[in-house]
Amino acid sequence: MKKVILASITITAIITTQLACNKAVPNVTDDLPALAPAKTDINAGTWQPVLLTGPTEFAVAAPAAVNTPGYAAELNEIKALQKNISGEQRARIAYWGAGSVLRWNEIMRDLVAKYNLPPYQNADGTYPAPSAANPFAYPLFPFANPPYSARAYAYISAAQYDALVAAWYYKKLYNRAAPYKNDAGVAAVLPQTDLPSYPSEAAVVAGVTAEMMKLLFPGEIANIQQKLEEHELAAITAGTATRSDIEAGEALGRLVAQKFTARARTDKAGAAGGTAADWTALETNTVGRGEIPWISQEVPKRPPMLPLFGKVTPFLFDANTTATLRPGPPPLTGSEQMKKETAEIKDLVDHPTRERIRIVQFWADGVATSTPPGHWNAIAIQDFLGKNFSEVRWARNLALLNMSQMDAAIVCWDTKFTYFNPRPSQLDPSIKTLTGLPNFPSYISGHSTFSGAAAEILGYIVPEKANAYQAMAQEASVSRMYGGIHYRSDCEVGLVTGKKVGAYAVARAKADGADQ
Amino acid sequence: MIRSITGRCKQYGLVVIFTVISCIRLSAQTDMDAIMMSKNNFCTGLMYNHSAWSNYWEGTLKRNNDNLGTVSANMYAVMGNYGVSDKLNLLFGLPYVTTKASAGTLHGMKGLQDLSLWAKWMPVETKLGKGLFSVYGLGGISFPVSNYTPDFLPMSIGLHSTNLSLRAMLDYQVKNFFVTVSGTYVYRSNITIDRDSYYTTESHLTNEVFMPNMVNYQLRTGWRSGRMIAEAILNQSNTQGGFDITRNNMPFPSNRMNATTAGINIKYDIHAVDGLSLIGGGSVTLAGRNVGQASSINGGVFYILDFSKKEKSAKKSTSSEKYN
Repeated sequence: MKKVILASITITAIITTQLACNKAVPNVTDDLPALAPAKTDINAGTWQPVLLTGPTEFAVAAPAAVNTPGYAAELNEIKALQKNISGEQRARIAYWGAGSVLRWNEIMRDLVAKYNLPPYQNADGTYPAPSAANPFAYPLFPFANPPYSARAYAYISAAQYDALVAAWYYKKLYNRAAPYKNDAGVAAVLPQTDLPSYPSEAAVVAGVTAEMMKLLFPGEIANIQQKLEEHELAAITAGTATRSDIEAGEALGRLVAQKFTARARTDKAGAAGGTAADWTALETNTVGRGEIPWISQEVPKRPPMLPLFGKVTPFLFDANTTATLRPGPPPLTGSEQMKKETAEIKDLVDHPTRERIRIVQFWADGVATSTPPGHWNAIAIQDFLGKNFSEVRWARNLALLNMSQMDAAIVCWDTKFTYFNPRPSQLDPSIKTLTGLPNFPSYISGHSTFSGAAAEILGYIVPEKANAYQAMAQEASVSRMYGGIHYRSDCEVGLVTGKKVGAYAVARAKADGADQ
Repeated sequence: MIRSITGRCKQYGLVVIFTVISCIRLSAQTDMDAIMMSKNNFCTGLMYNHSAWSNYWEGTLKRNNDNLGTVSANMYAVMGNYGVSDKLNLLFGLPYVTTKASAGTLHGMKGLQDLSLWAKWMPVETKLGKGLFSVYGLGGISFPVSNYTPDFLPMSIGLHSTNLSLRAMLDYQVKNFFVTVSGTYVYRSNITIDRDSYYTTESHLTNEVFMPNMVNYQLRTGWRSGRMIAEAILNQSNTQGGFDITRNNMPFPSNRMNATTAGINIKYDIHAVDGLSLIGGGSVTLAGRNVGQASSINGGVFYILDFSKKEKSAKKSTSSEKYN
């Protein structure tokens, strides 16, 4: 018997050790193959930019000819780097080589998740507001909640797209081939391409993103700068760009970003938090209409999340259009219909099933996540990966998605704060929620609006998955009913409204020149 | 000559509240105590445990949360211990757990949690000085028996990992006074959650969560007789890694959950019914990290079924030197 037990203990110990060694958890995008675009999209310089007046709004000087001593010196830099290439450097080349737009999107989502935490209250029961002027003091700036994040993704993606359109214009104009095409002594560590290398698309994306971050995540400038340098060094070491390709690309990216930053400073997002007077007016106006107003169910009561975000200037339509996309009112709070819809939610949360809990959790995208727009970015990226898009097409597709998400947030928030409708758990406090209760009015569902818009534009970009996207949007939408935080009206009308916003993105996609 | 310890129903006493903010991890007490069931005896019973906390540690910062109020958990468990021999016991425990928050809107959870199975072996039992010294080796496995979600802390009923435990335990008894010390290493399998990304100290683009392993140390001391055991218990659990809850964030299964708890435990054999015993106890959390400061009370009833061919009197044998 002793032998049996000793043997068992030994076996257990061995299994334990074996299992312990295999516990590292990789990301699904850790080991992606290098981006190898099916087409160079060499004419992308003619695509319609979002904000730039044209691809030449910011001049990029002609590069030195490849037969000059200066260019030869740049090739020597690459050769020297390649001579002493380390395993770590190869890993970085592989990481960034999967795609510049892809990797910077992941970095963005990481930052959103990191900063997506509601501030803790002050001792007197009020709440501190994050300050862009002092991003390191608690509460850290920003609170990357869904509207803030939707806007951040949109600005960064749109700026990347515009900068790459300009870059592609100059690539074609100057037509300087990649370093490995000019000198057989330079190895192509990543797949070769006929795309001209001046200015470097990697540096354009890094530069535009790093510059935008100064506005959007000012506490991360140092970290972002470090990543930019790592990205640029990887591009040089890979033999895909020379020092001057990189410098021209980063400079162009930063100039384009500055134009987007200037827009962002005047798009009314800075005032979206409103004032105590605004918060009171929302409540009294709703009472004035004879309706039960939304009341924060947090303790202490927290002011509503960005009540004036509906006034932010959209990307896909002008600000006056926002109100025309606003759906009609929800059922009156005292109506039989509202009683019926509240009872439906009560019944759902009182009888949760494991499958419904899974759906709630999968789509929760609450605190410390990349938010629903970030989730749709992740979904889109999984499908884009197999498409072998060029960097400029990657940027264009994500810009379309993220502009639809920001504009969906604008229309949704406009609707929420027009009607100021209470949550199910306010009308029936016995309703307990299977996910965090968002601190803003119920009608219409943000998840539904985001998802309706995302499914619409993604269905255009990846048509073979259009039905799948609609099914996912439907699931995301209904997850909020299962979670006990939205009525059926919120979700159904949210989906329809999101779809309308998505249609603007599709219209833009059809006209931007990329699909002609 | 030392006789092996014979059939007393184990102390199922203090159910270790391994708070994960509210999640309870059951650890059948018999796998923590220095008592063996005698051969062919099967001790089984029911345990109830109630735990509650209003304060918790967000990392190392102790705080309350008006949007949770008091988070409580009830645990109902069936447990058993079979004596394969006087030196080898097999044990099991299976709890059903419910959770509830007194404030805020979060929904409570409920369900069957993790089945735990242990083999408990006593290779050494010898006189040493004025007392009796014994050595134990234990191996255990626990695994979820329902598809509950671990990703809804503090309301989740458990962490959903499969755990393999190895424990060494020493016991020394002089007359009726005893001291037991044990150390346990717990290997925890990774878990999967229902979402495809999550954030710890960085983003993870996967549904799999790395679960750091744990160690546990325990000191028990008190008084044992044939009829009764009364003891005090000090327990320290540490997670070997994991991360702190960030400011005003929600807890997560792979947090660094540490807890120091102190408790008492009493077992009493009912005279009137041979083989029947009652247990009761309680504990408080003295210190912690990323866990609730839980207090708990528990009670249970156990009965010994004797499958041996011996005389019925074996059940209440007091021949064990540990009891006399």
